[in-house]
Amino acid sequence: MELTILQIVWFFLVAILFAGYFVLEGFDFGVEMNVAALGKGDSERRGKILSTIGPVWDGNQVWVLVGGASIFAAFPEWYGTLFSGFYVALLLLLLVLIVRVCAFKYRSKSDDPTWVKTWDRIHIISGFVPALLWGVAFANIVRGVDIDESKFVTTSLFGLLNPFGLLGGITFVLLFWLHGTAYLALKSVDPIREDANALVGKLAIPTIVAGAAFLIWNQLAHANTAITWVPLLLAAVALVAALVLNRMRREGLTFIATSLAIVMAGLQMFGGLFPNVMPARNVAANGLTVAEASSTEHTLMVMLIAVCVFLPIVLAYQIWAYWVFRARVGSPEESAQPATLGERAKAGYRAAFEQN
Amino acid sequence: MEALDVARWQFGITTVYHFIFVPLTIGLSFLVAIMQTVATRAKDPVKVDAWTRLTKFFGSMLIVNFGIGIATGIVQEFQFGMNWSEYSRFVGDVFGAPLAFEGLVAFFLESVFLGLWIFGWNRLSPRLHLLTIWCVAIGTTASAYFIIAANSFMQHPVGATYNPETGRAELESIITVLTNPTTLAAFPHVVSGAWLVAASFVAGIASWHMVRHHNKAIALGADSVEGAAHAKQAKDVFRPAVRFGVLAMFISALVLVVSGDIQGKLMFQQQPMKMASAEALCETETGASFSILTIGGPDAFSQDCSDVTHLIEIPNVTSFMATNDPNATLQGVEELEKQYQQEFGTEVTAVDGSTQTAEYRPNLFVTYWSFRLMIGLAAFSAILAFWALWATRGGRTTGSKAFQWFALLAIPMPFLANSAGWVFTEMGRQPWVVAPNPTGDPTIRLMTVQGVSHNPAWMVILSLVAFTLLYGVLMVVWFKLMRRNAAAGIPLPRRDETTDELDTPALSFGY
Repeated sequence: MELTILQIVWFFLVAILFAGYFVLEGFDFGVEMNVAALGKGDSERRGKILSTIGPVWDGNQVWVLVGGASIFAAFPEWYGTLFSGFYVALLLLLLVLIVRVCAFKYRSKSDDPTWVKTWDRIHIISGFVPALLWGVAFANIVRGVDIDESKFVTTSLFGLLNPFGLLGGITFVLLFWLHGTAYLALKSVDPIREDANALVGKLAIPTIVAGAAFLIWNQLAHANTAITWVPLLLAAVALVAALVLNRMRREGLTFIATSLAIVMAGLQMFGGLFPNVMPARNVAANGLTVAEASSTEHTLMVMLIAVCVFLPIVLAYQIWAYWVFRARVGSPEESAQPATLGERAKAGYRAAFEQN
Repeated sequence: MEALDVARWQFGITTVYHFIFVPLTIGLSFLVAIMQTVATRAKDPVKVDAWTRLTKFFGSMLIVNFGIGIATGIVQEFQFGMNWSEYSRFVGDVFGAPLAFEGLVAFFLESVFLGLWIFGWNRLSPRLHLLTIWCVAIGTTASAYFIIAANSFMQHPVGATYNPETGRAELESIITVLTNPTTLAAFPHVVSGAWLVAASFVAGIASWHMVRHHNKAIALGADSVEGAAHAKQAKDVFRPAVRFGVLAMFISALVLVVSGDIQGKLMFQQQPMKMASAEALCETETGASFSILTIGGPDAFSQDCSDVTHLIEIPNVTSFMATNDPNATLQGVEELEKQYQQEFGTEVTAVDGSTQTAEYRPNLFVTYWSFRLMIGLAAFSAILAFWALWATRGGRTTGSKAFQWFALLAIPMPFLANSAGWVFTEMGRQPWVVAPNPTGDPTIRLMTVQGVSHNPAWMVILSLVAFTLLYGVLMVVWFKLMRRNAAAGIPLPRRDETTDELDTPALSFGY
């Protein structure tokens, strides 16, 4: 089947939506892991750590719902094969994501220490497990699984836990942990801020090692193109830069570097997968390509128009939400800052031209 | 059990469970937005104080409820692919678009602005903060629209053509899909159903506290400071909330009845088998009656029409409901079954390649009784609305224990009516997952046995058990949190003795 431009555009739109999800929800997962790593068993401290993502995690999570729905709409065959094929892994993921939402919403609803501690434990699990599962799942998508003639995956859950899949899981956990810790350093005040900065320094090197091993393995064994060496190298540079910037205590830039590393890793994986969406290891012909899995041109066009209209609006208000909550949690500016650009301009004008 | 049965049970359980919470979220986000609007715009400090407290009170319950709705909604997005991959392949070209729109337009809006509403109270100006809750309310309602548009394609496929080469339905016009008459009729019905849930919730809980404060005031004596404060709380805070809830109940009931009537008529044309089952109309009848009680045929174990006995009937009502003509002829289940067999064959090939007998009748017992339950449960809301209106007439508050307990009892009834309505709609669609459109392209149709994934039964049983257990635990957590929030009530306002100002709280929430 001939590959069309719209199909290529949609493949990379799906890649962007998932990369967006991993950048945004990635730091949420990482912050939740730090409930264990930096929480020191103190529920007040843990609460402070969690409140750095309190207002934004929910909007971040929607990226995966839109990503999943986009696969459904743009590549129904991919959706059918992937979601029915990775059944048990997805079930685990869903169970964790369900309790995770409740942990965010219900933790503060009671002061009972057992109640808070239980939700804290769930936070730790729900930071760690989804990161691991997404890593295992995406590693296996690019590696390929066994697929029968009627496009059903025959690889079991244990089949997914192959060395490459596990390395993918470990890489995602380390990468999101590093990313979340960089976010925490950017959004907290001392002593959490300093502890987070120190942890970034400790996590960077194992992340670089695991990430390099995983991406190079992927590039050599599974990627269909040499172009993806570019994002691979950029991801490596970004991670090294994160290490250096962390030493210089440039927290904003460190976070940008880890974000960039995640985007580049995502691009390398999706780029290397193209033009396949679900390669088959047993019989190559049983796999699915972009062209085979896609919806009609008409549907892709309708969806593209919708994305072009709505995604910029979504980005605008999501960025605005980040801007509203830009202050470090627990800092004096947090409660004092005037919120809107208009108010700030007004305040600046008054300060400059009016007496008092 | 076969994987198909387990997958159906799983979809039923997870969806009905999800839709216990969703109507309250849709309705309550609107009602809380209105409360906050009143609080923001009112001039009278007593009114500002009362509505700010009400916004906070019901807002805290909205947040608890929102959480579980989001959590259980994630499953919905994924389980089409997990359990119904063949269905997904068949309809994905059409069905995926409204789902993606739902995420893009609705989920982002409600999630981002919910975060802004909860945490933004001291960072946004009051007007901007008010805008955030309206965005949440609009988001929840938009979400309902898109998912109903998707569901309507399963009830009455339009805007698509069948491609014999790929064996899939293909999108012809997204506008036609989004303006499906089934959607246009179902959307107001579902949303007004959600309002009724939330309105009864507000009226019920406010009634409970109004009676409580009324009686406390009497016990303490109206002359005492404490007693007067309780009397004021009943009169200034909870009585307006009761009347607000009742007003919302009347508006939603009106929309509910009108849209339900339109939907019923439409369904007699679009899915005659579903409506014939709903009325246990076995034989074709002219001037068909509406039966209130039926024995025989519709029992849990048989779908047999042979010994249906209608015990209480109202003549001509069914024909009138279906067509506006009391003497119209309506096709019965038996005749429709023969018609379907002729058109679509007597056999169907399942996903595993086996051939099964095609059975075009939905479960008569479930459709008949869920339809009656949906309508009958509305009686509780009606009684609550009129009783509350009477009890609060002319500025009165009441101390009636009977009213207090009835108000509480009436809260879960619209929830159950909503569930019954969806059970009816979805079970009545069986055996189809995409029911053929009688006036459209008959090739766009898929039976449920053809839509299921090729997974082994143990796998689906595993997920069914896991979801059911987890959902059971979460139900307990949700109920305890809601009960505690509802029972806590609203603290009595205090006046500063020197400035005589009310200590109106800021709209603060938090995790």
